[in-house]
Amino acid sequence: MNVKPSEKKILLIGNPNVGKSAIFSRLTGAKVTISNYPGTTVGFTQGFMKLRKKDPAVVMDVPGVYNLTVASKADEVAVEMVSKGDLIVNVLDSTNLERNLFLTLELREKNIPMVVVLNMWDETRHKGVEIDVEKLEKELGLPVVPTCGLTGVGIKDLVESLGDVKEGKFDVLDRDRKWEEVGRIVESTQKLHHHHHTLLERFEDLSIRPKTGLFIAALVLYLSFSVVRFVGENLIRYIFEPLFQDFWYPIMMKLSALMGSGGILHDILVGRLINGDIDFVQSFGLLTTGLFVPVAAVLPYIFSFYLVLGILEDLGYLPRLATQVDNLMHRLGLHGYAIVPMILGLGCTVPGAMALRLLENRREKFIAATLMAITVPCMAQTAMIVGLVGERGGGYVAIIFGTLFILMIVKGLILNRTMKGNSPEILWEIPPYRMPQIIAVFKKLWMRVAEFTKEAIPYVLLGVFLVNILYMFKFFDLLARVFAPVLSGLWGLPKDTISALLVGFLRKDVAIGMLGPMNLATKQLVIASTVLAIYFPCMATFVVLVRELGGKDTMKIVGIMLMTALIVGTIMNIVL
Amino acid sequence: MSGKCLTDMKKGETAVVKGVAGEVGTARRLESMGIRPGKKITKLGAHLWRGPITVSVDKTKLAIGYAMAKKVIIEE
Repeated sequence: MNVKPSEKKILLIGNPNVGKSAIFSRLTGAKVTISNYPGTTVGFTQGFMKLRKKDPAVVMDVPGVYNLTVASKADEVAVEMVSKGDLIVNVLDSTNLERNLFLTLELREKNIPMVVVLNMWDETRHKGVEIDVEKLEKELGLPVVPTCGLTGVGIKDLVESLGDVKEGKFDVLDRDRKWEEVGRIVESTQKLHHHHHTLLERFEDLSIRPKTGLFIAALVLYLSFSVVRFVGENLIRYIFEPLFQDFWYPIMMKLSALMGSGGILHDILVGRLINGDIDFVQSFGLLTTGLFVPVAAVLPYIFSFYLVLGILEDLGYLPRLATQVDNLMHRLGLHGYAIVPMILGLGCTVPGAMALRLLENRREKFIAATLMAITVPCMAQTAMIVGLVGERGGGYVAIIFGTLFILMIVKGLILNRTMKGNSPEILWEIPPYRMPQIIAVFKKLWMRVAEFTKEAIPYVLLGVFLVNILYMFKFFDLLARVFAPVLSGLWGLPKDTISALLVGFLRKDVAIGMLGPMNLATKQLVIASTVLAIYFPCMATFVVLVRELGGKDTMKIVGIMLMTALIVGTIMNIVL
Repeated sequence: MSGKCLTDMKKGETAVVKGVAGEVGTARRLESMGIRPGKKITKLGAHLWRGPITVSVDKTKLAIGYAMAKKVIIEE
């Protein structure tokens, strides 16, 4: 996105998890991910808005920072951006005035025109916080606007005040003086009242206690997976499969007959007929398997996964889960917060890999990226494995995921021992539980599903197309001969499976789909699915990893993945 | 600085922060999240095997690693 020099640059800056993205989305109408945990926004996002006199302005949603002086690496982006803004919107959590104001005083010294936003204003009342806005304006010497980003209350006033905000002239105070000043301002503008604990607040305390918290974590994870499965399975059974079988199938059969039931174009579009019939999994035509895999097999699970994840995110559960698993994660060379990218990776590895920025140092990022790339299957892969291997028995699906889980522990233990350095100490904020708002949850779900559809379907179609072309030119036969020693010798797989491994670079769901028509024995299917999960990141993930970790570390990870696939595939071939 | 620290506190106990021992960087990080001398801090719980300590300061709840919690000194 290009910024014209005439456009004003507005920066949204504030502590983590104060609702900057909600304000951003209100100001610009842009669709961004909003959740209830610190670190939702990792890169910076920009969007456009019109100021009062219809002047266009570009708004930047900056990742949250606590202050400008002791920036960790992750904060550097934010700190660097501050000086480049023409206008600062400093977003505060109204229920946490004291801690938020320190950053306000730091920003004020930059003498850039600035508006202070008291966000989450709706929460102040039930929390027993009363703030005198006019007095706060006077004390700070800056315009102050109370808002509620989620409902949009106060946004108009904010836009209004952005129109006529002027540059300030504030002296630089040292740290201690700043804290004194914060104390003085809070003292004179805020009153705290006693308030009764709400039901959510009671539950809040339970879920961060060690014993009840562990029980709750187990329950939450179990329930989450059950709901994901239930919703996904039923969407497929009652909506998507009937849609393809009853509606699309007759159309495709007619098309097939029209095209003479064979020939190059027929095979590319409709696919090969199996006993004179179209099989949506096995035919492998663009209009049959190419649509069935992303739409009927994967999309329902993408939908159900992001529905559940969205609720957990907005509730504020993720930082609590991070606290629970911190101990275990330390043994794997990570800390608890690394669970956040991992969980995002269960949906799609691409956002998972981007969330690696939450982690502090290179060692931790490397370990987390390696573990994620090898052992966290994305939902597209999971859905295909559940669909294809599940037909042979649930136990076989369990073998695949069990193997991946054991691999995660073993890899983590090894990397933690062999890599220099320690996993850093944790320190993070546990946000209050907030009731997920149905509209907000579905907005985010819609965004993620649309993103999947936009990103995945073209690649799936490309994958299916390539498979057909490569078959036609007998390219796979050539490759099969070259890789036969590894495939047959070590993994006990027929040499055609090389075609699936090749397509796996592009899309792993298509690759697993390709195993369907190969008539593999159950053992071979299990080994091939596991190897496909492990051996290489998909193209999209690879690109993100290079961007996040650099080429050298990414190549190291790929090396580890290939080695692991060789070893694990061989072991499974011997043991199973 | 020495004395009673966050890990010595009982669950549910409230105390006043005296200071943070060790590196300045750690103190600054804690400070920016609300833990600084003079602040009232309540311990919510501790996780098994030297896991993180959870505390509340003002209206904020925080999770602090065990080693870092050891450095937070409280008034007795």
